[in-house]
Amino acid sequence: MKILRILAWAMVAAVIGLVGLSWLGFNPLKERAAAIADIGGPFTLASTRGGSLESKTLAGRPFAIFFGFTHCPEVCPTTLYDMSSMVEKLGDEAKDFRVFFVTVDPERDTVDTLKDYVSNFDPRIEGLVPTPEQLPKLASDFRIYYAKVPTSDGSYTMDHTALVFLMDRDGRFAGTIAFEEAAEMREAKLRKLLAGG
Amino acid sequence: MNRFAEIAFAAALSLGAIFSLPSAEAHEIKAGNLVISHPWSRQSPMAANVAAGFMTITNAGSEEDRLLKVESPISVVVQLHDMKMEGDVMKMAEVPGGIVIPAGATVELKPRSLHVMFMELKEAPEEGRVFPATLTFEKAGRVEVEFEVLAPNAHMN
Repeated sequence: MKILRILAWAMVAAVIGLVGLSWLGFNPLKERAAAIADIGGPFTLASTRGGSLESKTLAGRPFAIFFGFTHCPEVCPTTLYDMSSMVEKLGDEAKDFRVFFVTVDPERDTVDTLKDYVSNFDPRIEGLVPTPEQLPKLASDFRIYYAKVPTSDGSYTMDHTALVFLMDRDGRFAGTIAFEEAAEMREAKLRKLLAGG
Repeated sequence: MNRFAEIAFAAALSLGAIFSLPSAEAHEIKAGNLVISHPWSRQSPMAANVAAGFMTITNAGSEEDRLLKVESPISVVVQLHDMKMEGDVMKMAEVPGGIVIPAGATVELKPRSLHVMFMELKEAPEEGRVFPATLTFEKAGRVEVEFEVLAPNAHMN
């Protein structure tokens, strides 16, 4: 219980700090809001539905975008299964909703591999494959981290940001869903996004 | 492995029958001072080419042991990995030198944590079946186990 007490005091200290800073004219929360508002950016990527997908064609419909890779034992399948059951549950409300799974491992994840992979999930989930040249710009637009981690068999696994990015109908960043955030929270965020709020 | 088991294993392999139906017996294996409980895996999404394996290992002895490696006919490469979240970033790393099972302790291999990583799958684990694997411990030696394959989104927390 000692930890709880320390945490509580740390929160009190943080609040006092924030209030103090804004009183002095700084507003770190506002700065952060300004910085995260420009998450995302236009993209044209090879799609598992054939051809390529241009983000500008998404105007008028909200979408979610998640970065991962198929050799991912945990975060990616869990996130995509959760997202599948969520959009199924939302039914008609989510009928125009699109969910993009973008590979950060274009070396191994070809469009065909990714097409088989996304076929495990709800059909609203579509795979996108950036070229190795497109990936750094895309990652920087969405502020995501990805890195190869070598393994002893001469192969590699990958570290990557496990956030689902929610984009509104104007293509603007509307929030994130963290890995294994409570189901009620995820659902509330999706409902809000779909309602255009 | 005795001769009969070896022949049966080879025969099973040659028939391509790596997977079998789970047996009714309790899923707990004793090996020296170790008790290995319920090795399980999940059905991988099609085209994933990887699968994770989980289990609980209890060391009743007075000396630490170490899970050094895992082998299985389902995949070409098997490694011991640790996954952790650092903020919003998922980090995955091979565990150097194997997984230590301290004296008197229980170590859980579970989702979002330590796990066995089956890579370059020869056959994808199928829900409702089991597949064999050999665990090698520093002290307890080689232990034959069967991983039960659960649903793709199983958590078992």
